[in-house]
Amino acid sequence: MIPAVVFLTFILMLSIFLGFELINKVPATLHTPLMSGANAISGITVVGAISLAGTGNQDLANWLGAGAVALASINVVGGYLVTDRMLAMFKKKEG
Amino acid sequence: MDTMIQFAYVISAGLFIFGLKQLGSPATARRGNMISSTGMLVAIVAALLDQGIVDYQWIVIGIVVGGAIGAGAARMVQMTSMPEMVALFNGFGGMASLLVGWAALSPDAGTFTLVTIILSILIGGLTFTGSLVAYGKLSETIGSGAVLFSGQQVVNSLIVLGILGGAVMFCLDPSNLTWLFVVIALSLVFGIMAVIPIGGADMPVVISLLNSYSGLAACAAGFAVDNNILIVAGSLVGASGIILTQIMCKAMNRSLSNVLFSGFGSGKQDTTEVEGEIKPISVEDAYYVLEAATNVAIIPGYGMAVAQAQHVVKELTELLEQNGAEVNFGIHPVAGRMPGHMNVLLAEADVPYDQLLEMDDINPRMENVDVAIVIGANDVVNPAARENEGSPIYGMPVINVDAARTVFVLKRSMASGFAGIENPLFYKDNTRMLFGDAKESIGGLIREFS
Repeated sequence: MIPAVVFLTFILMLSIFLGFELINKVPATLHTPLMSGANAISGITVVGAISLAGTGNQDLANWLGAGAVALASINVVGGYLVTDRMLAMFKKKEG
Repeated sequence: MDTMIQFAYVISAGLFIFGLKQLGSPATARRGNMISSTGMLVAIVAALLDQGIVDYQWIVIGIVVGGAIGAGAARMVQMTSMPEMVALFNGFGGMASLLVGWAALSPDAGTFTLVTIILSILIGGLTFTGSLVAYGKLSETIGSGAVLFSGQQVVNSLIVLGILGGAVMFCLDPSNLTWLFVVIALSLVFGIMAVIPIGGADMPVVISLLNSYSGLAACAAGFAVDNNILIVAGSLVGASGIILTQIMCKAMNRSLSNVLFSGFGSGKQDTTEVEGEIKPISVEDAYYVLEAATNVAIIPGYGMAVAQAQHVVKELTELLEQNGAEVNFGIHPVAGRMPGHMNVLLAEADVPYDQLLEMDDINPRMENVDVAIVIGANDVVNPAARENEGSPIYGMPVINVDAARTVFVLKRSMASGFAGIENPLFYKDNTRMLFGDAKESIGGLIREFS
């Protein structure tokens, strides 16, 4: 049986390379929206925090999880909304 | 059910990747952001279906409170303040990862899990305080200059050693929480120490790097709680931040370690000697020159953001175009306080993105430009970077405005810029200085046209 760590590391390596390929193609004019969009994606921590916040045990881990859900939600909601607000302003010259 | 959740994560990862791909062009970028947010929704719904969850109360409270704060901030923030906001959000992401790492600690955790917990606490913690300091510097709630003191390197080395020592002790004896708290505290201190020696003009690098860290922290948290989607999404963000950091460093011709460890210009003496004299120009005379121009290039810098001049700049652009001139913008990669800052400000003022040229595209055209208007930019148009080996910014690629027939420099006064570097551009024969607030000067030009 191959340990799960190997698979996780495998995924890590592939995603880093994929990330480099994808981001290299983003033009300079979109770097600010790219950054705030990436910021929203880094709020993915919310997924890890959700299961910790829902154990029903009134212990420290539960409170830490709930705090993490709140912080990561700021990132997710704020990040996507502000990115959309910015991208809506980018217009091509008409005609 | 568990398999279903894992498959949902695969779909979510696919949506993130496709969304980022769509960000490759301004025409599809908005859709890309929508796709990416759909990916996030899928992941969150899947996480909520986890059978280990017995109590939804705190999850809902967390999402509602966090979501409301995020939505409010996203709505209210001004485009000029985007760098601060991104810095602050980075910090929250880091803190969330720290908390997740901490909460993942359980008595039966193996050594590998302990190491990943420490990593997510370390990266998350330094991202949090580092971002707060960056936020303070960008919003000027604290001084934006570099803070340097003697023995700084020694203090930082001791902190790093302390973190390493604490981490090792914790992994050997996880039941003793003292070491955990030592690592948490030192990580928070380290974030502050890492960002205070970096000056305001280097913020584009720092903010990109912190962006990368917030991704890596999520990635480490993913290892700690054994979750694929955190690893995939975290490393995509990590990679994106690293690439932006590289681009910023290259645009300043400095290595990352030079930006991180030495206050700007602190080591090297500026030996630039300037010849010639300053030639001021009145708004009226500037108007006559502009009226005759058929090719105009505008080079904006952070000063345009400070003066909130982007809307009057757009107005002037329209008047020049009605007058038969071709107008382009030259955007230096490190103009402003974060990558792409100028582009967003000009997009806000309805300047079409195909009018914004990157440095390498505008430089070959500069010889044909009748008037280059420099608005609130300084170092990024400094010819000393090209000509004078004694200048602290020698070798940095710049926009060669001095190749244009006439250069207007809009500037408040002759006080030297952030880094205090002499700029021979101001003394060149073809340069005219238009002193005053950029917004008022341009407003004056607009009145002359109409």
